[in-house]
Amino acid sequence: MIITNIDSVPGKTITEHFGLVSGNTIRAKHIGRDIMAGFKNIFGGELKGYTELLEESRQEALSRMIAQAQSVGANAVINVRFSTSAIAQGAAELYAYGTAVKVS
Amino acid sequence: MDLIIFMILVGVGFATGTIIERKHFQSIRLRERRHLNLVTTSTKITDPEKNISDAILVSGSVVVSVDYFKRVLAALINITGGRVAPYETLLDRGRREAILRMKESAHAWGAHSIVNMRVQTSTIGNQNGKNSLGMVEVIAYGTAVK
Repeated sequence: MIITNIDSVPGKTITEHFGLVSGNTIRAKHIGRDIMAGFKNIFGGELKGYTELLEESRQEALSRMIAQAQSVGANAVINVRFSTSAIAQGAAELYAYGTAVKVS
Repeated sequence: MDLIIFMILVGVGFATGTIIERKHFQSIRLRERRHLNLVTTSTKITDPEKNISDAILVSGSVVVSVDYFKRVLAALINITGGRVAPYETLLDRGRREAILRMKESAHAWGAHSIVNMRVQTSTIGNQNGKNSLGMVEVIAYGTAVK
């Protein structure tokens, strides 16, 4: 499965088009991480726990998108976009979407 | 008593926040120099002179937060209006770090350039619930080609 965020797959031509595919996930960290993040808010700097959380979530959203693309018979997803939104305290939604195509 | 706790938080925030930020900027500058040869553009056009055999989606993300002192300072600036410098440096740090992480993963894959780079910022979990900025997540992503 080839994933790009440009309009094509370099070196290949698009032969078939399957429309939009997407994947999303909402994740939260356990309370310990949230408390640690609360402390980190005093000192400033990177919140490694949350970076990790969102990194995992994005992989999850991407793999759901890829699964959907595979189920329609595509072998590439082009023009992929990400979007993040905060749902509640300490929980975030990650959404990935793109256009499923067949390339050769 | 409340005032004492507040003063301690501001003091601790100022001391640690300044040190962490200075160290972070040092490491960002150092790593940016290392990745200068990796061409990164926000256009969708790939270099026609280079033969592209493979493409992959690369991304980098970071969650950063301001310290207590800066949050108080920003709240004060909010009254008078104008440039909110404490938050400017925070977002600058976040963006550059996210872009660097994206470049590092592209470099590990063996890319010679990254096209159509996009940067996206979102606020997650506001600790104070009100106007103040909580944590900022920055994602940078693009298509690495080789």
